[in-house]
Amino acid sequence: MAVAPAHTPLDAARIREDFPILNRPVHGDQRVVYLDSANSSQKPRQVIDRISRVYEEGYSNVHRGVYELAVVATEDLEAARDKVTAFLNAPSRRGIIFVRQATEALNLVAYAYGRKFVGPGDVVVTTEMEHHSNLVPWQVLAQQTGADLRYLRITDSGELDPESLAALADLEQVKLVSVTHASNSLGTLNDVQALASWTHERGGVIVVDGAQAAPHRPVDVQALDCDFYAISGHKMCGPGSGALWGREELLERMDPFLTGGEMIRTVSLERTTWNELPWKFEAGTPAIAECIGLGAAVDYLTEIGMERIAAHERALTQYGYGVLSEITGVTQYGPPPEQRGGVLSFNVEGVHPHDVAQILDSVGVCVRAGHHCTQPVMTRYGLAATTRASVYLYNTAEDLDALAAGIDKVKRTFGV
Amino acid sequence: MDDLYRDNILDHYKNPRNSGHLDSPTVTAEGVNPLCGDELQVELQIEDGMVTDLRFNGRGCAISQAAASMISDVAKGKPVAEVRELGSEDVLDELGIPLTPIRLKCALLSVQLLKVALGDAPPEDPDLTWNSG
Repeated sequence: MAVAPAHTPLDAARIREDFPILNRPVHGDQRVVYLDSANSSQKPRQVIDRISRVYEEGYSNVHRGVYELAVVATEDLEAARDKVTAFLNAPSRRGIIFVRQATEALNLVAYAYGRKFVGPGDVVVTTEMEHHSNLVPWQVLAQQTGADLRYLRITDSGELDPESLAALADLEQVKLVSVTHASNSLGTLNDVQALASWTHERGGVIVVDGAQAAPHRPVDVQALDCDFYAISGHKMCGPGSGALWGREELLERMDPFLTGGEMIRTVSLERTTWNELPWKFEAGTPAIAECIGLGAAVDYLTEIGMERIAAHERALTQYGYGVLSEITGVTQYGPPPEQRGGVLSFNVEGVHPHDVAQILDSVGVCVRAGHHCTQPVMTRYGLAATTRASVYLYNTAEDLDALAAGIDKVKRTFGV
Repeated sequence: MDDLYRDNILDHYKNPRNSGHLDSPTVTAEGVNPLCGDELQVELQIEDGMVTDLRFNGRGCAISQAAASMISDVAKGKPVAEVRELGSEDVLDELGIPLTPIRLKCALLSVQLLKVALGDAPPEDPDLTWNSG
């Protein structure tokens, strides 16, 4: 499969044609300006058709049947696993576990690694900027095991505060660190490789929430030197399937997460043995069409090229940041635009984010208003909520112009 | 959708009725809609089974604050038994527009708080929380 050279600009208008929802009007005749991919992404025809084709031509339960349909379904599912393995540059398919999404992946690590290896007084570290799915599981783990949960804080511009890391530097032993690769509410990009070194020096494992990174930029779990990496298919043009990558030697030592069919080798009333990796962590019939659909999403993105997607988003984010900064009364949050992922979080003075989002909806612009599953971030900045626009491969500068025009309408409506 | 921000809603949002504080309220209640950060606080003066006076204060979206202001006019001077019965229909009548389920939660915060203040609904369930302590 040819991969376009990194320097070729991405033709977002052409790509947009691949996405049926982006070509149907809302509110009668409005063009859909979808600026909420950080929440969930739209799906291209190629992924939709692949999923339909599973049910139309190649569906059966997997890993067990001897008939032709079963062979086809099994091969297609395992081929999807190989695509995800390559997408993350994982060393082996034995480390790629299919889950529903990053939330489930992170819970899997909390239960199957955390409950077994984290004990009373052990230090677990996460950050103030985390999505609740990479925060609450560690709070619960600490409560259940008696571990000592610490938080890395963020600066006024939304980056990890180096003083906060320095304050923990004297710790000789850290059991587990969990951090987001890219922040969904501020756009911050974290230096995972540096944090991995820091963690390994202290004998710990590092878990990475890649939900906002893997859809938008190349990810190489070996180069990052992390121990676990979680992705969500629904945020990367795929359906409701995701994956956890884990270091094989860790996964071997972990107890299973969910148990039952598929993840066993032998079962008797006296003794049950586990299946080998990766199936040890995949209990029950998988979401077969969704996993195959995730593979199709990987194909779609890979063909366009993750470097080109990242470059496209970088340009759009800087443009959008500039456009928003020209509107009086708009306050933006997060790191400088050239240093962040494709997230633009802001407030319009005198208008609550819900009202901003509602009026933007009236002109076809889809954004998210609220705390973005990052209530601690809101608390850090003394905010109830923000409005958040996020870009992806199918967005154009016109979309950000529409956002700006919509904010003007908000200001006129509220007389601010 | 443009109807959502008709003049009466914006008026109540910018000029909320019955805001401020009572000298010695009979009951008070506070609440938050954590989904979006709407906050409201209510104070009631109750004499002889009547809500003789009340105040709403808060910050949040136009729907939550306007609904509170509108409902405060409805509730003032009414018997407690009537105020207890105020619900989503009354709020929607006052606002005069249909609401999607998410925005309905914003609108209902005020009547929910009236019920909490009158002892008809419990405040946040303490069992459903995680604490670091």
